[in-house]
Amino acid sequence: MIDPIFLLEAAINGVLLGGVLALLALGLNLIFGVIDIVWIAYVDLVMLCMYAVYFLVTVYGWPLAVAGVVSIACGALLGLAVHLLVITPILATPPVNQLLATGGLLFFLQSFATFLWSTDHKSVRLALPSFEIAGIFLPSTRLIPFAISILAMLGLYVFLTRTYMGTAIRAVSQDREAMALMGASPQRVYLVTSAVGGAMAGLAAALLSMQYSVHPFFGAQFGPLTFMICVLGGLGNMVGAFVASFVMSEIISMGGVIMSTEMGYVIAFVVFIVMMFARPGGILGARRE
Amino acid sequence: MTVGRGLALALLAGLAALPFVPMGGMRSYMLHVLIQIFIWSFIGSAWSLMGRFGLVSLGHGAFLGLGAYTSTLLWNAYGVTPWLGALAAMALTGLFAVVVAYPVSRFRVVGHYFGLVTLAVGEVIRLSIIAERDWTGGSLGLTVRPAAGLFALQFADKRVFYYGVLALWLAGLWVWDWVDRSMTRSAMEAIGEDETAAASVGIHVTRFKVGITVLSAVLTALGGVAYAQYITYVNPDTLAGIGVSLRIVFAVVLGGMYSLFGPTVGTALTIALAEYLRIFFGLRLIGMAETIYGLLLMIFIIFLPAGIYGSLRDLLRRRALPAAAAAV
Repeated sequence: MIDPIFLLEAAINGVLLGGVLALLALGLNLIFGVIDIVWIAYVDLVMLCMYAVYFLVTVYGWPLAVAGVVSIACGALLGLAVHLLVITPILATPPVNQLLATGGLLFFLQSFATFLWSTDHKSVRLALPSFEIAGIFLPSTRLIPFAISILAMLGLYVFLTRTYMGTAIRAVSQDREAMALMGASPQRVYLVTSAVGGAMAGLAAALLSMQYSVHPFFGAQFGPLTFMICVLGGLGNMVGAFVASFVMSEIISMGGVIMSTEMGYVIAFVVFIVMMFARPGGILGARRE
Repeated sequence: MTVGRGLALALLAGLAALPFVPMGGMRSYMLHVLIQIFIWSFIGSAWSLMGRFGLVSLGHGAFLGLGAYTSTLLWNAYGVTPWLGALAAMALTGLFAVVVAYPVSRFRVVGHYFGLVTLAVGEVIRLSIIAERDWTGGSLGLTVRPAAGLFALQFADKRVFYYGVLALWLAGLWVWDWVDRSMTRSAMEAIGEDETAAASVGIHVTRFKVGITVLSAVLTALGGVAYAQYITYVNPDTLAGIGVSLRIVFAVVLGGMYSLFGPTVGTALTIALAEYLRIFFGLRLIGMAETIYGLLLMIFIIFLPAGIYGSLRDLLRRRALPAAAAAV
């Protein structure tokens, strides 16, 4: 039998991981909901930004906070570049082509990173204190990302609900054609969405750098999980994606402790598949039809 | 159509005679590339059986991995001949396909959702293989226990494999053509357009969807067994999961999934391209070959949305139409 203290620790780690996953899922969900294209390569943008953070911190000795700001800018630029170079030409093509174009981007970024930086795992190696409460270790490398991502998500919520552009973004995600008829330019909304989504990837990169080392296959490791969280939460449903992140991260974290890391993921994916049958509109969504 | 048939026969004769053409030291390598092209074209054709009707699976790696591992494990652990192993692999994969496809069809998981559910299925199989490392070898993979001869389905002479997979490829084309000319095609096209409308005219939607998925999965598993027997090594990352699943889809879409030879053209092209880049760069600039491969795939998908074969055919038709009109 597993010591309950381990289970509790796993549960808390699950919550902390869930915070960062939620940030990733919200960024992807925003793009998904507005532009209606799955960016298979979304987490590979995170991977590129993590390399930026790594080099700024370890090679140039910049403080992580400053590197994080650069990473956000980097992410926003990457988001814009992806939208203009890859997404714009394929907006009107069948979904399978859109999926494959961003899939090609995934292969490209993955192998270009291998070419530039080899497959070595690179880590910023932070020395931050851990807290111990009643025998449970809470490392700050997990607590700080959790807190910052919650703040960032609140920021996104305010942006989407309180600003003019945010309202336009939500409007497009509800009805593309009607928005164009109202005289709004979908292209501008798309650009802002891609930049915001990219910036969130950049922020997530800075936060993930604190606890994970970066390597070219980082995107392949977290990518599928991120889509599944998005879909599980319901496309375009921000609250749903938020809840789904914690459901998935708890399953992975607890499953990892009780069985093995891979089995944790297997169970999470099986839960995703079954949920797709039971609640295709997402865990908070209504049943379709 | 007689010109086309003559051309096809000539091509077939050429392919049959190829292993005896003197190529010096290149023969073994040429055969190796062609064998891979035939196996993956077969798998691509199997994928396109579903893909052309809008069932875009991103998880065919699951069927491939399940097939390859079933026959390999049966052979390694119990000495079951891969001939029977292949049957077991096809049966198991078919069963698995029913388990996946039935609820997917019943609960109407379509479009993006279909892609993501199948993607998850592929990952479940890949991670399960890794998790069960005690008997599957985990990420390190598994070597097919070496033996020679018909019983072990392993041959030192590549020419035997060449003819074997050539026959397999032709069988795959035959199945594709058979589906193309059958009632199934009309039914599946109707379902792909509008499920409710299809059901209202009496098409049993679930039966057709599950049927075509099982057919595609079983053939993919057979392809997986053939690949495992040829390479004599199975690995969860090369035979299951997203990577290989996407590669299959890429090749097919690149060639064009609505035509008989589309998957073959796409597969031949991607394999030839990958081989060329691999040889060109060799051990220099690690990752560069794959980088260019990814970049070219992106460019192809963006600029040739109907696939290479499809686009070429459209172009020829457009050329041919004015000419025909002028002749009249």
